Amino acid sequence: MTAEALFSLAPLLILFPLLGLVVNIIAGRRLGERGVGIVASAAVGLAFVIAILQFIALRMDPSGATIHIADWIVIGQLEVEWALQIDTLSVTMMLMVTGVGGLIHIYAVGYMHDDVRFQGDPSRFPRFFVYFNLFIAAMLLLVTGDSYLTMFVGWEGVGLCSYLLISFWYEKGEDGIGNALAGKKAFVVNRIGDFGFIIAMLITFWFFGTLTFEEVFNEAEAMGAGAVGAATAITLFLLVGAAGKSAQIPLFVWLPDAMAGPTPVSALIHAATMVTAGIYMLVRNAALLEIATVTPDIIAIIGAATALLAASIAVARFDIKRVLAYSTISQLGFMIAAVGIGAYVAAIFHLVAHAFFKALLFLSAGSVIQGVEHGHHRADSHEEHFNPNDMRVMGGLRTRMKATFWVYLIGALALVGIPPLAGFFSKDEILADALLVSPAVYWVLVGSAFLTAFYMGRQILMVFFGKPRSKAAEAAEESPAVMVAPLVVLAILSVGGGLINSPGLLPLTHFLEDTLEGLREPEFVAAVAAISTLLAVLAIVLAWLVYGRRPMAHDPVRRLGSLWTAIRHRWWVDGFYDWLIVSRYISLSHWLAEVADEQFLHDWVHDTVIARSFVRATNWLASVLDLRLIDRGFDGLGALTRRGAGGLGALQTGYVRNYAVAVFIGMVLVVSYLLLS
Amino acid sequence: MDAWILTLVTFFPIVGVIVLLFLPKERETAMRWTALLTAVITFVLSLIMLAGFESSDPDLQMVVRLTWFSIGDLHIEYFLGVDGLSILLVLLTTFLMVLALLSTWTAIVDRVREFMIFFLLLEVGLVGVFLGMDLFLFYVFWEFTLVPMYFLIGVWGGERRMYAAIKFFLYTMAGSILMLLAIIWLGLDGGTFSIPDLIKAQAIPANLQFWLFLAFAAAFAIKVPMWPFHSWLPDAHVEAPTAASVILAGVLLKMGTYGFLRFNLGIFPQASVRLAPWIALFAVIGILYGAAVAYAQKDVKKLVAYASISHLGFVMLGLFALNLQGLQGGILQMINHGLSTGALFLIVGMLYERRRTREMDAFGGLWKVMPIYAGLTLIVTLSSMGLPGLNGFVGEFTILLGSFGSIAIGSEGFAILAAVGVILAAVYMLYMFQKLFLGPLDNEKNKRLPDLNRRELLTLVPIVILIFWIGLYPRPFFGLTEASVEKVVQLVSSAAMAMR
Repeated sequence: MTAEALFSLAPLLILFPLLGLVVNIIAGRRLGERGVGIVASAAVGLAFVIAILQFIALRMDPSGATIHIADWIVIGQLEVEWALQIDTLSVTMMLMVTGVGGLIHIYAVGYMHDDVRFQGDPSRFPRFFVYFNLFIAAMLLLVTGDSYLTMFVGWEGVGLCSYLLISFWYEKGEDGIGNALAGKKAFVVNRIGDFGFIIAMLITFWFFGTLTFEEVFNEAEAMGAGAVGAATAITLFLLVGAAGKSAQIPLFVWLPDAMAGPTPVSALIHAATMVTAGIYMLVRNAALLEIATVTPDIIAIIGAATALLAASIAVARFDIKRVLAYSTISQLGFMIAAVGIGAYVAAIFHLVAHAFFKALLFLSAGSVIQGVEHGHHRADSHEEHFNPNDMRVMGGLRTRMKATFWVYLIGALALVGIPPLAGFFSKDEILADALLVSPAVYWVLVGSAFLTAFYMGRQILMVFFGKPRSKAAEAAEESPAVMVAPLVVLAILSVGGGLINSPGLLPLTHFLEDTLEGLREPEFVAAVAAISTLLAVLAIVLAWLVYGRRPMAHDPVRRLGSLWTAIRHRWWVDGFYDWLIVSRYISLSHWLAEVADEQFLHDWVHDTVIARSFVRATNWLASVLDLRLIDRGFDGLGALTRRGAGGLGALQTGYVRNYAVAVFIGMVLVVSYLLLS
Repeated sequence: MDAWILTLVTFFPIVGVIVLLFLPKERETAMRWTALLTAVITFVLSLIMLAGFESSDPDLQMVVRLTWFSIGDLHIEYFLGVDGLSILLVLLTTFLMVLALLSTWTAIVDRVREFMIFFLLLEVGLVGVFLGMDLFLFYVFWEFTLVPMYFLIGVWGGERRMYAAIKFFLYTMAGSILMLLAIIWLGLDGGTFSIPDLIKAQAIPANLQFWLFLAFAAAFAIKVPMWPFHSWLPDAHVEAPTAASVILAGVLLKMGTYGFLRFNLGIFPQASVRLAPWIALFAVIGILYGAAVAYAQKDVKKLVAYASISHLGFVMLGLFALNLQGLQGGILQMINHGLSTGALFLIVGMLYERRRTREMDAFGGLWKVMPIYAGLTLIVTLSSMGLPGLNGFVGEFTILLGSFGSIAIGSEGFAILAAVGVILAAVYMLYMFQKLFLGPLDNEKNKRLPDLNRRELLTLVPIVILIFWIGLYPRPFFGLTEASVEKVVQLVSSAAMAMR
């Protein structure tokens, strides 16, 4: 088969998941859980096959291809098509999305089987996979769209799926509405980011005259210095979009709440794929970032600051998934910082490696949660508000859930960056580059890495070591094979993932060179690697000293005093936004509705000023002029409608008649004036 | 056929009216069927019109032009014609009429005959407004629509129906008076009431254009309604029966935006260029104001009514961008708003029929009992808040694009503020969806609500299909309007050149 023929298969990438969801919408009930699971997983599996074929095609023809499907919006100069861009960057992403996505689909078949029963609505099982397939389709459109606008379709599409899946158990959560509110918060905060994306597109179109990536980049290159201002403005607004989707300062607040979704959702959407879209989008725009002046620095600062802030918050979480959520924000910060310092390949490398080990960690956490939940049901304990996510009720799970423990440990070590696991190489590449470009960014990231090792050590110790701290933990049990098998595959990837861009050979760098021009080859700096490894080990030892030896009645880190209070309260960011924006907007909208609109415009301007003076004026007119003829005419009309419609005479309140009189007089006056003059 | 098709599309509903008059009183089902069939046939007739439409021709087509009566040298004509500016609106009208009538099947039980008669008469007026190309004829149709709508609200409406009906009537008629004066002036001054002739002549000096523009704008701005002339709209919507709300929001408001497009841009292009920043300002205030006020509502219908004000702000912003993208987007957004807001009112009506309330606090968790209803509502909600891939986005984005680069508007600030409206739309639409469908199903009265029946599905599904169609492949729709829009753009830009 020629490369061309293989490229032309690309639309199937999106078609298969769409087909899967249509089948499950129509026949989901009849297929049963197994059938639904097979259809959904097979759809993603087939997409994975297509992604591999695209990879093979790129080996034959590294320049890639653009596959046109149809016109979309064509108005004058604005020409946007449904077209897929196949190049090494998009293929890297699609392999990751379909590969990791497929594994998570399989896992979810097992997970959701129990979840729908714990939550008390088994009929909701098919719906989950409909959303899951829709997500894969949207994500693939996001990474393959050949223009800003088609990318934006995927961009908001994944946001929609995120919304639907966060609020999947929409009647649960705090006060029964917590999950729904979390979903809404995610969507609205993301829309703030999308606002930036939209403005970036508007500037792009009016400056470059097109929204197609390739044309924009060529144009920008040709313009040289003339494009600096536009490139800076565009990339700044794109950064707003990236901050929304990839949960960076100041828009990161939605991601921790997003943990309300079932755990496979957290793994797929809120760790491995969707949240990395911001990084992908910025890397896609590397050509503009290279020209722009201020933006790269701001990106680096935001990324590094987010990495540190989120890592510090993770230290004080007790919810197993929230620790991982803040960890994700922190790791996304690493990637964003990498983009800022121009280490695009390192960003993508860490993105892929992170997808492996963070998906692994979330899915293992899901296994832990369900294990504890099972234990809770078996122990038949009647604690009212039992929260299976709370690490304080766990402990000692190492012996009860052996497989889960080992894969969790592998994931954690990969995240911490212990050689030779995946995270070691990918994180190290970012750090080495940072040291070259900006020592400040380097030290902030190293500090974040230290905290990462500490909070992961804390988590492992709290969950798996020591003695069980509840009946549920005592009775916890291992998850079924359908869930453990994907974990093992992800564990293998987390161990060997570093090979993707192993120092010396640099396969990913060479692969991406075909898409991103002018990449510098990353160097392996032994000193950097040694320092980070040493610090990671130190942090784990510290965690052991703090958490390893005593039961967990109170978190010992409390002793930090006000610093503990700050991180426990997530640096008050959520509260600050509530105070600054949310509560103000709510009172503004109520003031506008009740005072400005209802009392002023409606009651006063209309009912008092306009209506009353009108009635007075027409009454006066009618009494002065006493137009019998007109009166009779309108009375007759009234009688007619009364007869015709039966009882419509109630409408004759005087307003309309008076009004008609006025209109009639006015018309007569005007027409006679015009005709006579 | 060509010469009479527009007359048929406009007046065919009269046939239904006549049949209805002769049906015996107790045969209510027959009356419903008569009205529905009439609307279906009218829709088919409008499709025949579409089949004969040549989209590459920017001028009026299928024209019928006869002298109606004369005052001296001044001829008042029976003059119908269709072009790219109006064809989609005619199709929207005939399409929504069918769905609105389907929604009345069990909702309207009082005075069925009269209801159906007024409804069909309303269709005559609406189609006539979009097809009438003689100013006088246009004005007759324009005012004629008031009468049936007045009765539809005043007789079949809610508790404060009298207040709402009269307010609707007075408000919209008050605006029309100034327009009538301007029409008379135009006829006497130009010696013709023919709209295309007036547009072609371009004989009105700039300073006069300004005042005439404002006189027409008075009528149209109230109809749209533009902020701050919107006070009648929430009242009218809250009191109107579902079917009337669908047509009111779906079509009647478009008379205002269409008026701006046909008359203000065509006959007073210089004034349009001059006033574009002001219109844009009011449009943007409307977008943000409508969105903020919608969020504070407790009654679903009122929420949707204020959302309409916000959406129509987008339409106005697009039209007065006075460039290709803005105008195309503005016209498409009229259709999009007709579909999505029409559907929202149908949806609210379905809920009201079941529970006799529209207070959002009375609901919550409905997804559990009415999953099909919830799914369809979700799609319409997303369409209304402009999710890409659905129709609303195509309109909104092109409007933002057009207004951002608009020379007439002159500042990117308006488009940027309008884009803030996109964020706010998510806030109030998702709030609505959450209040109705998410959360626990804790109200006893909601626990046994039946999901949609077949008739209700039939009213919503066609709209949902169009939502996807326009969202994914809007080309046929843009194609219909393109030639005429290009002509308007040329007209306006040569006017702008002449001003410099």
